[in-house]
Amino acid sequence: MELSVLLPFIVNVIIGGLVLGFVYAIIALGYTMVYGVLQLINFAHSEVFITGAVVGFEIFRILENSAMNGYLKLLLALVAAMIVSGLLNVLIERLAYRPLRGAPRLVPLITAIGVSLILQDTLRFLEGLQGRFDLTYTLPAGFGNKFCAAEGSTCAPLGNFLRTIGVDVQLKDVILVVVALVSLSVLNYVVNRTRLGKAIRAVSQDRVTAGLMGIDSNRMISATFLIGGALGGVSGVLFGMKFGTINAYSGFDPGIIAFTAAVLGGIGSIPGAVLGGLLLGVIQNLIGVTNIFGNLLGLANLETIDASYSKIGPFIVLVLILIFKPTGLLGKSNVEKV
Amino acid sequence: MKKIATKTALSLSVLAALALGTASAQTTIKIATISPLSGGQSNLGTQIRNGVQLAVNEYAAQFKKAGFNLQLVPYDDQADPATGTAAARKIAADNQILAVVGTLNSGVAIPASAALLPSNLVMVSPANTANQVTDRGLANMNRIVARDDSQGPAGANFITDTLKAKKAYVLNDKTAYGEGLAAEVEKALKAKGVTISGSEGTEEKSDFSSIVAKIKLTKPDAIYFGGIYNQIGVFIKQLRGAGINTPVVGGDGLDSSELPVIIGKAGANNVYYTTVAAPLEALPAAKTFAASFQKTFNTPAQGFGAFGYDAAKVTLQGILDAARANGGKAPSRKQVLDTIRKGTYKGLLSGEVSFNSVGDRKAATLYVIKLTAGKAELETSLAVKPPKN
Repeated sequence: MELSVLLPFIVNVIIGGLVLGFVYAIIALGYTMVYGVLQLINFAHSEVFITGAVVGFEIFRILENSAMNGYLKLLLALVAAMIVSGLLNVLIERLAYRPLRGAPRLVPLITAIGVSLILQDTLRFLEGLQGRFDLTYTLPAGFGNKFCAAEGSTCAPLGNFLRTIGVDVQLKDVILVVVALVSLSVLNYVVNRTRLGKAIRAVSQDRVTAGLMGIDSNRMISATFLIGGALGGVSGVLFGMKFGTINAYSGFDPGIIAFTAAVLGGIGSIPGAVLGGLLLGVIQNLIGVTNIFGNLLGLANLETIDASYSKIGPFIVLVLILIFKPTGLLGKSNVEKV
Repeated sequence: MKKIATKTALSLSVLAALALGTASAQTTIKIATISPLSGGQSNLGTQIRNGVQLAVNEYAAQFKKAGFNLQLVPYDDQADPATGTAAARKIAADNQILAVVGTLNSGVAIPASAALLPSNLVMVSPANTANQVTDRGLANMNRIVARDDSQGPAGANFITDTLKAKKAYVLNDKTAYGEGLAAEVEKALKAKGVTISGSEGTEEKSDFSSIVAKIKLTKPDAIYFGGIYNQIGVFIKQLRGAGINTPVVGGDGLDSSELPVIIGKAGANNVYYTTVAAPLEALPAAKTFAASFQKTFNTPAQGFGAFGYDAAKVTLQGILDAARANGGKAPSRKQVLDTIRKGTYKGLLSGEVSFNSVGDRKAATLYVIKLTAGKAELETSLAVKPPKN
């Protein structure tokens, strides 16, 4: 096969992986921030995430026939999902994790898995009341179109350029990346440039000493769950928008991969979670197309690595990273505590 | 008015019975139906019962001439195997019942037919497709619809003959159903000289971008996906979103009104699936049937009504043939069972019916449904053969 065909193919696969990676990255932030302050793996986060997706579905469904601008609908969906998922996460912390604050680590971990199961079936029940199981997003017209496809529009030259080099990008992919970048910048600003962020960082470094400095650690933990949950809500809406159909159980797969991304990047590290998410998205997609190269390069063994292996890829990378750099790519080891 | 009419009819029949005197010993022959008449599937089950009733009405005169009084006894199985088996036992205890038409669900047919076997009661199914229904080799179990395992070869034939594809991409959902179906299709396609440009399984339910990229690169003429509508729908949506309009073919796992909703109206084109459930317009002879069905029951006929009607005609003709062979006397259950398995029944709505050694219809039909702008329409019918002769 010629390079002129193969090159755009690989570029498309990598672009698809990056778009997916942005979704993973924002979910991963929810895991990593909570781990940062409580050293707790919040397994319920995948359900907080899918709750956001369900809220987004409901908003788009209610507004399906309204003449409202499509971007305004999306904004409403995002805000509603952030509020619901954020408050849900705060509620989970208050009811399920805070009473177990002093317990051995395994106890809140198992509680988290329990909360996750409860949320899954509650969501299924609530949507089932209205006779729905698979929820299909009714996106505003045009979101599924090719990016900059309309002739004569101001961005048509860019669209033409993308088409000439054979790259397919849908408008919703571009929206997804923009929303993801905005969320990441806002988060970065909050964590590194505000008093709230400073307090959260203080609590994550040493809760007791932070308390002695007059920081109400319980409030900061709640704030962390609120921010993490809101990010989960954003990623849920983006996930639903990108892939179209979700159900109450769709959160598990992306949740577990995003958790892997958080560990890969170094759990507790915010830039690490983003890097891990993007990396896993691309790796997953590249492994998904490996069998194509089997007959091209004469490597017959590669042909057997088909799409069903794509989800194993991230975990193989995780194992390798944990062997050679146990703290993750950007993680810090906490030796100074000795 | 109505009351008077029935009263007159009643008194007339009483008079007739009196007048006939000794001939009033006219033997009563009953046939039974087992189908869901209550619960979520009662709509389909009632169609079967009504179809059978229509056939009984038509045959009543012929039976009368032969000296028999024909009756129908409908039983409700609530789509539940236990209820269906209990109904089968009640049927076996009623010596006047010579044959059974049913059921809707394969899960009910399997235990119910086993319960009828000791009393040699024949069963003709208008709807059961599971391979196991006839693979057990019961002498009393027959069906007039295609088997589940006929879908693979039929899908492959459709891809080569109708879509004229030279290159195909085969996908499956890694379940027993989807993987089995896809393997059958792939085997049949290879045998017909079609290039398989890719064949893989995936449990993925949301992100199909790597598969879509590979399809774009290898440019197949058709895609076969063995699986269920809620996964394949998401796949098709992403495929169409990437600007690929290649036809997608699947099995009856796609037979759901949710499919066009998931794909979205704009993309729900060029999608085909095979199914045994015939839409009524697929049966050219069904026009007069549909009219009299509507007149008798005041509700439109569906595919299952037509198949119930056909199955009833097979059993009734079988009973008449058995009676003739028995010198005009009412045949035994065993005689009816043997006659039906051996007979050939022509002029039915769905064509000619004859059974192989295990009770599969020798020439069954699968229907190919096409989605156009989200609307399901009959594309073509495919003749299929059971594995045994």
